[in-house]
Amino acid sequence: MDNATIAIGSDEPAVTLDAFLEDQANATAVRLEAGEDARALLPHLDRIALVEVSFPSFRDGRGYSAARILREAGYQGELRAQGDVLVDQMPLMKRCGFDSFAPEAEIDAATLEAALTRYDHVYQKAADGQVPVWKLRHG
Amino acid sequence: MYKYDQYDQSIVDARVEEFRDQVKRRLAGQITEDQFKPLRLMNGLYLQLHAYMLRVAVPYGTLDGRQMRMLGHIARKYDRGYGHFTTRQNIQYNWIKLSEAPDILAELATVEMHAIQTSGNCIRNISSDQFAGAAADEVADPRVWAELLRQWSTFHPEFSYLPRKFKIAVIAADEDRAAMRLHDIGIQLVQRDGVLGGRIFVGGGMGRTPMIAPEIKDFITADDLLSYVEACLRVYNRYGRRDNIYKARIKILIHELGADEYRRQVEEEFVAVKALGLDPPKAEFDRITKMFAPPTFATFGPQADTAPNPAFDAWRAQNTVAHKQPGYAIVTISLKPTGGIPGDATADQIDLMADLAERFSFNELRVTHAQNIVLPHVAVSDLHDVWTALDAAGLAPANIDLISDIIACPGLDYCSLANARSIPVAQKIATRFADPERQRDLGELKLKISGCINACGHHHAGHIGILGVDKKGTENYQLLLGGSGAEDASLARITGPGFSEDGIVDAVETVTNVYLDKREAGERFLDTYRRLGMDPFKEALYG
Repeated sequence: MDNATIAIGSDEPAVTLDAFLEDQANATAVRLEAGEDARALLPHLDRIALVEVSFPSFRDGRGYSAARILREAGYQGELRAQGDVLVDQMPLMKRCGFDSFAPEAEIDAATLEAALTRYDHVYQKAADGQVPVWKLRHG
Repeated sequence: MYKYDQYDQSIVDARVEEFRDQVKRRLAGQITEDQFKPLRLMNGLYLQLHAYMLRVAVPYGTLDGRQMRMLGHIARKYDRGYGHFTTRQNIQYNWIKLSEAPDILAELATVEMHAIQTSGNCIRNISSDQFAGAAADEVADPRVWAELLRQWSTFHPEFSYLPRKFKIAVIAADEDRAAMRLHDIGIQLVQRDGVLGGRIFVGGGMGRTPMIAPEIKDFITADDLLSYVEACLRVYNRYGRRDNIYKARIKILIHELGADEYRRQVEEEFVAVKALGLDPPKAEFDRITKMFAPPTFATFGPQADTAPNPAFDAWRAQNTVAHKQPGYAIVTISLKPTGGIPGDATADQIDLMADLAERFSFNELRVTHAQNIVLPHVAVSDLHDVWTALDAAGLAPANIDLISDIIACPGLDYCSLANARSIPVAQKIATRFADPERQRDLGELKLKISGCINACGHHHAGHIGILGVDKKGTENYQLLLGGSGAEDASLARITGPGFSEDGIVDAVETVTNVYLDKREAGERFLDTYRRLGMDPFKEALYG
């Protein structure tokens, strides 16, 4: 797995979804809270450079769907997971299309490296371009 | 049976190493118990009252002799010489050391087994009809669909942190032997105009708020299966409640939205998802189908009647059913001896069942949701040999679907969630009704016991259900009547005030006496209850 794409958190200020939709249409960075509808951003994807998806608790998995919806709609910009983001979750997040991380707690680089390179194969097609095993089996 | 290829094996091997690393970090204090919990749970490792419990997956309840023998080996080497088969067709071990759990997973991986997603808020082991591939009434082998779903759901990147656990069952016959409509997603394979497809039911479940799943899609082919369930799960992952653990299952979402609105959202999502090319090609379906091809059955001529043997004849009548292949029978081995713990088997018994599978059942076994073991393909001419071996090992109770074939959760003897003990109640009831003739006279009677409201013992689906509660510090047992997990699915209703531990045994006897008194020809307990309603039973209990 190519993990060169992982940059741990840049500092672009992100506006709320409401603000972006209502009166800050010039903003290029948006923050999505858990439970906010990622599809509200779809008409504006070509002028967004960063979407920051909040994980208020590592147990709250809504952000995984938000990320995939954005990538499936063709979003090419930075997609950042922010909040209670744990190292063991980052491989799954990467598969859902996240390419940057702003975890609240420090992540051990060696542990992350091991986590991201552990699995040679995946069963499903997701948002990261990895080839699922059914494709490897049948071409 | 499904056999791993290099890809399956590589994924399971990587999981062993991942978990070994997670345990190491936990034992070194690098992660907190709170952070470790979802990681160990996704590997089936629970912290119980006395020790760790490890739940090992038996995908759709199917395993071979070598795998079964490994389960016996683990019981012997890492536990106290026994294992407990569960209502989701898995096995769990109750006395596991955390530090040894990675070694157990490594041993399991050598026989294509694992504990992946046997707990946690993720898609759990896919369950199925224990008679798959052998049942005379199936339209296809449901395990092909179950295996497609197993692969799709394994480490699904989007659905590993769902609001709550998620259980899927696949069946392929009108007779429902897997409680399909009491699952988060239940799939029934059907033939329509010569095409095989699935009816999709979503939003069933037991627990505090039992619900029978409504039909969400009347027909989907295998080509669209994974996209469709992906859409079902995505709507749930986005909108399922996360504010209250007791309202987080998909059944609550569908109840609150209404089945029609949920269906509308799924259909909309399906259009988006289908365009992504998530569904494997037909070649993958065919590859899996080949692995579930029927064994090479022998052809038998007319068979001489065996000499009458009342014990064998009773077992054969109660514990075997017709096979799709003439000359063969499906054998259910009862793990419900009088006074035993429902679903428990010793390492020696597990080994013996592995032997019998290899010698007499084309090397196949199944685990049933009623916590018994099936030998799916036994020649009728071998039945006597099989029975003789089982009987010598204490594995020949002739009680399948009778009152002593009890489903019970581990209860307060093991479980940290329980309010009351289940096992002693099961033992007392089985002992009260130990007379085989009396059990046979009562006929089919599914009795299910849960030690708390989470309903792991399926009490909502019992013809007779028992729910243990805590009443001011004392164990108290509520009685329920009229549930069914079968094709005539219904939810049991509570009779009234609860009973003490001994009182509940008397109460069960009381309601069975009402049945014996009021039944009409051919009626099961459940039928009589449905005809008469609760009143005569209530009258006898509390009158």
